[in-house]
Amino acid sequence: MTSDTPAPPAEAVTCTRLAYAFGDTRAVDELDLAVREGEVFGLLGPNGAGKTTAIRCITTLLPVPAGMVRVFGHDTAKERMAVRRLLGYVPQQLSADSGLTGRENVALFARVFDVPRRERAERVAQALAAVGLADAADRLAGTYSGGMVRRLELAQALVSAPRLLILDEPTIGLDPIARTGVWEHINAVRAATGMTVLVTTHYMDEADQYCDRVGLMHRGRVRALGTPAELRHGLAERRGTDTLPTLEDVFRDVAGSGLDSGGGFRDVRSTRRTAHRVG
Amino acid sequence: MSEAPAVPRTESADRTDLLLTPPVPRAGWRVLPARVAAMCAVELQKLRHDRTELYTRAVQPALWLLIFGQTFTRIRAIPTGGIPYVDYLAPGIIAQSAMFIAIFYGIQIIWERDAGILNKLLVTPTPRSALITGKAFAAGVKSLIQAVVVIVIAALLGVALTWNPLKLLGVAAAVVLASAFFSCLSMTIAGIVLSRDRLMGFGQAITMPLFFGSNALYPVSIMPGWLQAVSKANPLSYQVDALRGLLLGTPAHLGADFGVLAVAAALGIAAASSLLGRLAR
Repeated sequence: MTSDTPAPPAEAVTCTRLAYAFGDTRAVDELDLAVREGEVFGLLGPNGAGKTTAIRCITTLLPVPAGMVRVFGHDTAKERMAVRRLLGYVPQQLSADSGLTGRENVALFARVFDVPRRERAERVAQALAAVGLADAADRLAGTYSGGMVRRLELAQALVSAPRLLILDEPTIGLDPIARTGVWEHINAVRAATGMTVLVTTHYMDEADQYCDRVGLMHRGRVRALGTPAELRHGLAERRGTDTLPTLEDVFRDVAGSGLDSGGGFRDVRSTRRTAHRVG
Repeated sequence: MSEAPAVPRTESADRTDLLLTPPVPRAGWRVLPARVAAMCAVELQKLRHDRTELYTRAVQPALWLLIFGQTFTRIRAIPTGGIPYVDYLAPGIIAQSAMFIAIFYGIQIIWERDAGILNKLLVTPTPRSALITGKAFAAGVKSLIQAVVVIVIAALLGVALTWNPLKLLGVAAAVVLASAFFSCLSMTIAGIVLSRDRLMGFGQAITMPLFFGSNALYPVSIMPGWLQAVSKANPLSYQVDALRGLLLGTPAHLGADFGVLAVAAALGIAAASSLLGRLAR
């Protein structure tokens, strides 16, 4: 992925010793992370690894001290509004408003990002068309399938032309066809706009297929970082085997024996709730 | 509906040019009215898609006016200053039905929190106070539509209401301001208790004291001293006083009424905004 250009690629997200605790639980523990501009970066890990907490710190939802998180050079503690203008955010839950049509859902985000009235309808239509929802735009979102809601959320995030798209478990609970559909739209949009994508997932196969680089997160820290191929070849070399291990093997290797201890009741409940709404 | 999209599909189907250019941010004082308009638009769109709530919520005020109002008009037990009791009651019921909508508005914000909608709004360039102000006025718009329904019911029952457009505008302002306060009270409690069930309990516990501890059903002068003190601190009393003065022409203290309602709304917005972060965590 690297090139011979003199200047190093600009960083979309920089976390420097990012820490966040809920009571005694250190959800994110001195996390160092750099997401390069223009890449699809996957933050991987099991339930409870701290992915969502890290995302919530980056999106300004959780307050962190100055100097810990920068988005395109803007400090999330000092320049909150400037950071938010650069972000498109799709949370883990299915967050479209079921009482509004698809078009109204997107129009709300056009309004809160100050899209002027004269271009609002056209911009909303373009966002809906970009995710393949032009025909369903005037139906209530409550009638959409899980995959359609995810694409609608993508349109909501895209309408403000963000430089950084943050997706928290975008394919959780979806069937394989819907998962592929969501990823194809993410890729198409990224190809058309060149935006940076930061995605969390615990589906290792998806990360292997769609992410330029991944960070394997366990117990609040990134334990391994690189392209999926680098990580897999690296493990093969260390083990001295000819068969190429999967990303999941890499993860087991990095996390050691503590894999099953992650994931508190709250995470599982939240995951199940999302899966239930999707299903 | 889907046969007539607002924008011809052929124009935007293949174009993404607008999705490459970020919109120019609004600055300064223009942010707040824009966010308020956005939240109110959502509320109206939702009501347009599903009017069930509008109809079911009309039942209770209709019963108050029909049964309580008509009966007490005959009994003549409550000093109303020479007007029929149902006339005296009508502004009280308008205020009450608007308050009932607003006082449970916090449930909606907890639902939005659980659904991830609130988090998504909090990641937009919207200061928390602007988001709460938007929600408060959206609750006001919802209450206002409810108030119109109750005014129509009251008019059908023969209550002699004013049709002076300026006074009706004042009525709208009083309803919106009071609803903004009560919805912020609800969102403040939501920010403290953080769960729908607990908020329901609190809502149930405070609505009746607010209603009975006001001048909605009877004049303050016939209350015992301690209840008069409650009524003095109760924004609902000021709302009812303003509505009565504007709709029926009874003696009222409009300056004080609107002053108290505006200050209460502002304090409510400040309190709910400061607790919104707890809901985001």
